[in-house]
Amino acid sequence: MTDHNHAPPRGPNGGLSHYQTMELAVSELLIEKGLFSEQKLQGEIAAMDARSPETGARVVALAWSDAAFKARLLDDGTAACESIGIDMGPTRLVVVESSAAIHNVIVCTLCSCYPRMLLGLPPDWYKTANYRSRVVREPRAVLREFGTELPDDVVVRVHDNTADMRYMVLPARPKGTESMDREALAKLVTRDSMIGVGLAMTP
Amino acid sequence: MARFAAGDAVAVRRAHPPGHLRTPYYIRGKAGVVERLLGEFANPEELAFGRDGLPLRPLYRVRFAQREVWPDYAGAGADTVDVEIYEHWLEPARKAG
Repeated sequence: MTDHNHAPPRGPNGGLSHYQTMELAVSELLIEKGLFSEQKLQGEIAAMDARSPETGARVVALAWSDAAFKARLLDDGTAACESIGIDMGPTRLVVVESSAAIHNVIVCTLCSCYPRMLLGLPPDWYKTANYRSRVVREPRAVLREFGTELPDDVVVRVHDNTADMRYMVLPARPKGTESMDREALAKLVTRDSMIGVGLAMTP
Repeated sequence: MARFAAGDAVAVRRAHPPGHLRTPYYIRGKAGVVERLLGEFANPEELAFGRDGLPLRPLYRVRFAQREVWPDYAGAGADTVDVEIYEHWLEPARKAG
């Protein structure tokens, strides 16, 4: 999947880059041959643009407040999300649980694989060589730059999305949220907490 | 049939074939433990060239100690990195002591 824009961004010399030209050529060919339509293409772009971390936050809030759902989510992330009506498309999801003892963070060192069906398009920094090369090698230093300071006795687990699965972090439920309902809980769940560079907000 | 199961000690082949590979350089030659078998998937090294990717390849999530991967790792000793590796990149290894 590439990041589509209605007006393709320009390459370094103002023209289209090699891959932008290739992408346009392939999509024009598919449309010309009737395998795909311009409307369908625009519809897919609109659907991708409409996905946002709110979906992931809803999943996290439900897992925090429903132990049976949480167990299903950790056992088979794809099936659990589909069971609450989320369209997972071809995504195969693994959810990793953070706690007071373990902190998880996700990366794709090869490109920009990301649980888009739950979090929408990845932030620009997620795709940079800086994040991708450093979080796998010095995760604690990178987390500190995001304002996430972890004591040495918290185990840091990095998850590299290198193949067919996509990963999402189930952040630890913040203290002082025992009486909150799901809707209020979901508001504490940031995109960065589901990537694992941050923690869920405290109320 | 999957060759490895959760808990098995494995090592990633140290190989540098040409083509489209999903085994990152940094993990080649490193030893870890199978965290889980993820299922069987079409081989991306074949899919990338328009072939069918068959036979399907077992895919594993393998957990590596950060200090195994980066000898100068500065974080805590229990820190880990999990990487998805296809079976044909793995060989059996002795359990780490």
